[in-house]
Amino acid sequence: MNPPETYNDKVVRQFAIMTVIWGIVGMAVGALIAAQLAWPALNFDIPWLTYSRLRPLHTNAVIFAFGGCALIGTSYYVVQRTCHVRLFGDRLAAFTFWGWQAVIVAAAITLPLGITQGKEYAELEWPIDILITIVWVSYAVVFFGTIARRRVRHIYVANWFYAAFILTIAVLHVFNNLAIPVSLTKSYGIYSGVVDAMMQWWYGHNAVGFFLTAGFLGMMYYFVPKQAERPIYSYRLSVVHFWALISVYMWAGPHHLHYTSLPDWVQSIGAAFSILLLAPSWGGMINGIMTLSGAWYKLRTDPILKFMIVSLSFYGMSTFEGPMMSLKTVNALSHYTDWVIGHVHSGALGWVAMMTIGTMYCLIPRLFNRREMYSTKLIDVHFWVSTIGVVLYITSMWIAGVMQGLMWRAFNDDGTLTYSFIESVKATHPFYLVRLLGGALFLVGMLIMAYNVWMTVRRERPAPVPVLPAAAEAGASS
Amino acid sequence: MSNLTSVIVAVVTCLNVLACGWLIWWTARKRPHESAVGEVTDHVWDGDLRERNNPMPRWWLGLFFLSMVFCFAYFLLYPALGHFGGVLGWSEARQYQGEVSQAQRQYGPMYAAFAGRSVPELAKDPKALALGRSLFVNNCIQCHGSDARGGPGFPNLTDDDWLYGGEPQTIVQTITHGREGVMPAWGAVIGAQGVDEVAAYVESLSGRTVPAAAVAAGKERFTLCIGCHGADGKGNPLVGAPNLTDDIWLYGGSDASIHKSIAEGRHGKMPAWEWLGEDRIRLLAAYVYSLSQPH
Repeated sequence: MNPPETYNDKVVRQFAIMTVIWGIVGMAVGALIAAQLAWPALNFDIPWLTYSRLRPLHTNAVIFAFGGCALIGTSYYVVQRTCHVRLFGDRLAAFTFWGWQAVIVAAAITLPLGITQGKEYAELEWPIDILITIVWVSYAVVFFGTIARRRVRHIYVANWFYAAFILTIAVLHVFNNLAIPVSLTKSYGIYSGVVDAMMQWWYGHNAVGFFLTAGFLGMMYYFVPKQAERPIYSYRLSVVHFWALISVYMWAGPHHLHYTSLPDWVQSIGAAFSILLLAPSWGGMINGIMTLSGAWYKLRTDPILKFMIVSLSFYGMSTFEGPMMSLKTVNALSHYTDWVIGHVHSGALGWVAMMTIGTMYCLIPRLFNRREMYSTKLIDVHFWVSTIGVVLYITSMWIAGVMQGLMWRAFNDDGTLTYSFIESVKATHPFYLVRLLGGALFLVGMLIMAYNVWMTVRRERPAPVPVLPAAAEAGASS
Repeated sequence: MSNLTSVIVAVVTCLNVLACGWLIWWTARKRPHESAVGEVTDHVWDGDLRERNNPMPRWWLGLFFLSMVFCFAYFLLYPALGHFGGVLGWSEARQYQGEVSQAQRQYGPMYAAFAGRSVPELAKDPKALALGRSLFVNNCIQCHGSDARGGPGFPNLTDDDWLYGGEPQTIVQTITHGREGVMPAWGAVIGAQGVDEVAAYVESLSGRTVPAAAVAAGKERFTLCIGCHGADGKGNPLVGAPNLTDDIWLYGGSDASIHKSIAEGRHGKMPAWEWLGEDRIRLLAAYVYSLSQPH
């Protein structure tokens, strides 16, 4: 008799641990550059430490290293559990882990050296882009290979979101990075002028929409009902908001290019579809939060659920704020100010990071054969420290952004501008300090997490977990 | 954009919005054998993952429909559907032109009141100077500094030393059309030793103590420079060549900086401000002129 089939949890464990480590690295770089904005001397006149080079390192580290490891790792866990089958391709899955780490290390070396394509969130030069493509295609093969071998007919909703994320990121990455190399470290993009700008923000906005939204909604759809031990609130809602979200997101990119040389009609479509995006986005929030209906009392005792519910609340808030900022009238005030930074971080810290943290606290004990984390108390401390951190971060950037927008458009009686640019920088200084404090608190929370995770996993030698047989279901294949 | 592309884009745009409505209608339809409202469906994943058969919240559907209506209203009013420019006739360019002419109407007379007066005259009028200063703070301080004392590569405007001449009309000319000053790179032509020698000679011109042998050799080589800086090194305002004898240095007077200027050349650019209009330029010129006048 053959030994029972087991889940491939090794690769999930690797991604889960690296999620925590890259989270700390990425947020530490974020805190450093936040400090540099307050005290520019902190670049020590060393080129590799200048803001211009560390800022892309920060964004790449938190989005692709921290967020990427969390997404790939959890998708591997979720797709096995909900398809009732072992992950397809053990060696290919291992390759995606080591390949992705190689991408991150290459980014951490080249970005401080100033090697960049100069495209936001797509800074990495062509050799690394090719490696990303190879790893990503392998990832798709592992994921869809597992889906193809599933032992239940219906594909669980979390997998739809992961699937949309994987497919769309492949398309976005390839088309935005088309370039002609002139040396190993330098290439020229094939697009020019406003077409280049439009490609870049088609990519940039959908990186938000599919990497930072669809992917994390996949995570949400598995781990929130798991942790709450409640059914998903409404499958109809999940169907509608899924298809609406992925079709509408594709159009919203032009709102990053309001009042530029992008043709008017493209800008208008970007604004209108951004408004249309509000309801599909809120669909995910409603489905997540309402899944807790009838179990609200759990929020009193379970800090993991607190992370998840606060995360969903931030998701709802920033997906309301986003459409408002896409209206030209609001955008004329908010664009190029720190309001945008506040908005991004309410999504990145509030939604993405808090969902990831909650998920990791739920996932890591399961991966290491334990019932729960080493300390629930420390999870609660982490929750409060990071919540306060996010709130300080967002509110300081809101105030700073609106203030900058108002200062830049203030006129004297003679029609000249009331403030010079440097005066608005000076006025922003105190808010930079508050933002640094907020970011530092969030980083401290991650360090608490690292300790908790270390204490949870250090002595564990997890045994392979047998695949759970699928429940009997009409039309099921086994 | 061809007419065909325009039509296709417009149709696809509208279809995507309409598809959202169809998606809601299609998904909301009752299916045979579906479980009762509020109950879980018969699908189970991973032991305990289930979904309830709850309807989509009505307020949420209302929000969704409202946003679809908003889209179509927007497409109707503003340029969005291919070549159709929207019934409001709005465009980014028209909004800009409207705001500019509004500002012209509002502020133009204030500046026009000073038209026809000479720059030196305006430089004595406190009201004119206040306007000139506002314009200076808005447009000039990024390079010349809020105290107008400049910085490396950007001339000091308070010291009565002028690259292109400080007469009122010349200042107006400089502001209106801009200036471009080019010092060629001589490093490849005269070699490192040549640069050393020319630097020594140039430094001697403003009275610095430098080895006599190098100065003599540099003086020989200085024939390369006299085309712009003149035989006496006092410069030429027609091409903006600086006076090398007055110990005022546009790019810094250190030995290293002078070496760099000779070896690698320099390229300075003052932008043209013609778009400010004659009235404002004269007020700006008056303010700049006043800075170097004895009080």
